[in-house]
Order: sequence, then structure tokens, then C-alpha cells
Amino acid sequence: MFDVSKIRDLFPILKRKVNGRDLVYFDNGASTQKLHSVIDTVSNYYKEENSNVHRGVHFLSGLATDKFEESRRVIRKFIGAKYDHEIIFTKGTTDSINLVANGFRSLLKKGDEIIISELEHHSNIVPWQMCCEYSGAVLKIIPLRDNGELEISKFESLLSKKTKLVALSHISNSLGTINPIKEFIEKSHKVGARVLIDGAQAASHVPLNMQDLDVDMYCFSAHKMYGPTGVGVLYGKEDILNEIPPYQGGGEMIKEVSFKKTTYACLPHKFEAGTPNIAGVIAFKSAIEFIADLGFNTITKHEEYLLEYATQEISKIGGVRIYGTSEKKSGIISFNIDGIHPYDIGVLLDKMGVAIRTGHHCTQPIMERFNIPGTARISLAIYNTKEEIDVCMASIRKVKQMLS
Amino acid sequence: MRTIKEIQEEILEDFDMFEDWMQKYEYLIDLGKELPSIDEKYKIEENLIKGCQSRVWLHAEENSGNIIFSADSDAIMTKGIVALLIRVLSGQSANDIAHADLDFINKIGLKEQLSATRANGLLSMIKQMKLYAIAIDK
Repeated sequence: MFDVSKIRDLFPILKRKVNGRDLVYFDNGASTQKLHSVIDTVSNYYKEENSNVHRGVHFLSGLATDKFEESRRVIRKFIGAKYDHEIIFTKGTTDSINLVANGFRSLLKKGDEIIISELEHHSNIVPWQMCCEYSGAVLKIIPLRDNGELEISKFESLLSKKTKLVALSHISNSLGTINPIKEFIEKSHKVGARVLIDGAQAASHVPLNMQDLDVDMYCFSAHKMYGPTGVGVLYGKEDILNEIPPYQGGGEMIKEVSFKKTTYACLPHKFEAGTPNIAGVIAFKSAIEFIADLGFNTITKHEEYLLEYATQEISKIGGVRIYGTSEKKSGIISFNIDGIHPYDIGVLLDKMGVAIRTGHHCTQPIMERFNIPGTARISLAIYNTKEEIDVCMASIRKVKQMLS
Repeated sequence: MRTIKEIQEEILEDFDMFEDWMQKYEYLIDLGKELPSIDEKYKIEENLIKGCQSRVWLHAEENSGNIIFSADSDAIMTKGIVALLIRVLSGQSANDIAHADLDFINKIGLKEQLSATRANGLLSMIKQMKLYAIAIDK
């Protein structure tokens, strides 16, 4: 039996007070809180294991390297990838996308096309704009329907032999839409296009299997999965990762260096120049193990219950409009209250101990689509409770009363 | 005309009366609501101070060495603080505005409104008010 209070005990920060109230943390889409085990692993690494990886011949370097590579194995298994070397460690999802966009531009020629969608995070828009600017490729956009789902028929009409890459979010950070990525991937592959999925909002909420999805590249961040900041993953199929030229030059990523010609190391080291966030990568394993042990059956059941309850309760408050009502939806509720600026909602909720996000959520095209300055956003995680939703709803009612 | 320092002290006294944050914020909301709207013709791109979330429009006019400010914001909390800034600075001499030490925002316990979260245009607003003053003072 799932006991949320036992889960909460694993996250020390959830016990703290904010502005004299019990913290209600509903900004998980921006970053989740950290597990005790993650914090302890980071601390223990610096106390007991610290050394540089992949280089030294001494005991500590060997230990750090083993633990670092162990994380890679655990992640490979967690996402159902075929090989360990298809897991590239980066700084985060943004870094992963930039790595691909930077390398991809040399594989594109003028007139080639990249397809993204209207609901992307700026991190999955701007790198492709830069890539197109450099290569002469053209960026095409899949439009959004009123309920926050993508127009699949429009996507089909955009696909052609010219399409070289399709880059899409798995789950929208603003609207919560769960995109049918398997369908997008199959359709893209039919015209020979590669597919990159931005999984930042998905990896801790829905089960993933890279081989089953047959996705070419998939990116996610540890800090949205109860793990440390500054660590992310780029999964890529072996062949595409071999095709993409290195992103950054430096130590670790070379085979041989001379002033005549330098050759690059094999995967995954080709893309891991410089000393990585070793403590973070090692601690990421603790977060993955927490999610895997809990299991996605339990996770989705609890989070879907919270989403349903929160949606039902917020709909009872007059003047509330929810943005994003797709059929398949993750634990994100973006909303506005008639006549009230989302910033005012966020500031006042904070004073009542409720942490939400307000603004455009780095998705300005979505805000433009709905003609709003921004939204207030509740984003849920496994440690949230029905009682917290009750506190949040009472606080929203109070805010509404204060502002109208 | 009272000095910038005197008006700030007056605001501090006003805020001293409040017992909790709720009263303080309700007062700010009232100030925001009461601030006369800026003339629509000044609500233009050039007068827009861009914060990340709430927008602030600021218009300045010179009247024999003194500067008259008018402003507006789409967020009411921001507008409340804007109203306080106008109360302190509008009508003062360009020289006094340029050298004003605006510590009242911290002292009335609203320093989170000035945090570096890029959440509002308030810091940019103060900077812009001073820039107008410096330009006129020269």
C-alpha cells in the first residue's frame, strides 16, 4: 500500500516552513526536491571517494570511475537503452539539445527541414533556430489545438523527404499535454527523419523504453527527477551518435592529439569533454533507484489521482480558466483567474507558503497562442498530497478575495 | 514640498501600523487600485519597462527642474509599489531624484519584491526613474 507520508520522510526539505507556514511545494515542473539518499551520496562522495574519473591509476580514481560508470549502467537499464555508451552525461536537458543541435548543423544543407511544435520549451526552439540559421535549413512548426494537443494531421502534411529531424516534447511543461510520441516517431521514420524527444517533464512521471519507442535521441535532467542539479542525459542510438560530430573539444574526448590531426574518442567519451559533474552523476543513481523501486504503476496512480482531484477542486473556484485540457495529461495545471495577473497570484500564494510558478514558463509561443501574459502553474510530484491541494485551493480562494 | 527622505519616513510610519503581512499586502493592493491610470497615449512600447512577468509603463515630464512621473502596471502588486515610488519621487528635483537613497522598500519588508528573480520590472523601474533624472539634471 502506497503511503505518501513515508515518501515525504525521504525528502528533508519538505519539513521546513516558509513564511511561517508548512511548505506546499507545487513547483516540481521547474525542479523537484531532493532525496535524503541523493544528498548523502553527494556528501559521501566528497568525503570518501573524490577523485577525477577515467584518468588516474590510483585507488580513488578507480573508485570514482567505477561509481560513475555504474550510474551509466543503471540509467541505461532504467530507460531501456541497448548499450551503456548510448548514455551521454550532460549538464541537463538544455545542454543535451544544444549538443545535438550544434552537431546536427554540419549534417544539414540548405533547404532541409526541421520540425518542432508550438508547445516547445524555449530550450527546444532556440537551438534549432540557431541550427537553421547556420545551415540554411528551414524550421517548420506543428500547431497547437485549443485543448493543448498537437494537430497530428498538420504534422503529417509537414513531413516530407526534406524533413531531416523532428524535435518534440514528450510532456508540455506549460500545459501538461502528454504527446503521443510513439506515433510521431513512427510517422517521422517513414520519411527517413530522425527524432529527438525532450523528456525533461516525463522521465520521473511515465515509464520509458528507448528500444520500444525506437526514438533516435531522448533528453532529460536529473534535477526534475529528485536528483542533483547540473546533470542531464542525452540518449542517442549508437549510429546517430557516431554520425554527429563532437560538441566540445578537450580532455577525455580524444583518441590522439597532434597538430596535424586529432582523432576523437569512441562513445560515450566523444561527447564528454572535461571533468564532468562526478558527484552529481553518482548521486543521480540514487534518484533513479528511488523511482525504479517505487515503480511507475504506483507513481502514475498517485499523480493521476492528485491531478484529477486538483482539477476538480480548482474548477469549483469561479473565474478560473485552465490552459491545457488534453485527454492524456501529466500533473500540471496552468490557470488564470479572470481579471487577475498571474504574478499577483504567485506573490500572494508564496506568502501563504504555497510555491507555484508564474509567468510564461519559457514557452512564449504558447502564451501568444492563447493571448495571455502568462499563467499560474501548479506542477505535482510523487510526494504531494491531497491535503496540500486543499491548502492550495483555500489559498487561491483567499487570493481571489484579496485581489477582487 | 516635503523631501524624499521625509516622504519615505512617512511611508515607514504608515507601514508600522500593520500587524501582519496580509494587512501590508492589502494596503499595497489598495494603493495599486487607487493609482491614477497613465494616459493611454503613454502606454507605448518606448515607455515599457520589461520585467520578466509584469509589465510597467513609465512616463516622465519635466516641470522647471522637477520631474513628474506617471506609471502603470498590469500586475496589481507591482502597481502598488509603483504608486509608492511615485509618491516618493514625483515632483522632486532632478538632482534629488538622481541621488535618492530609496531604502524604504527594504524597511517596509517588501525586499522580496526586489529580488533578482527577474519576476518584476521594479528594479529596472527605479533605474529608469533615476536615468530620466540624470539626463535632465545635466
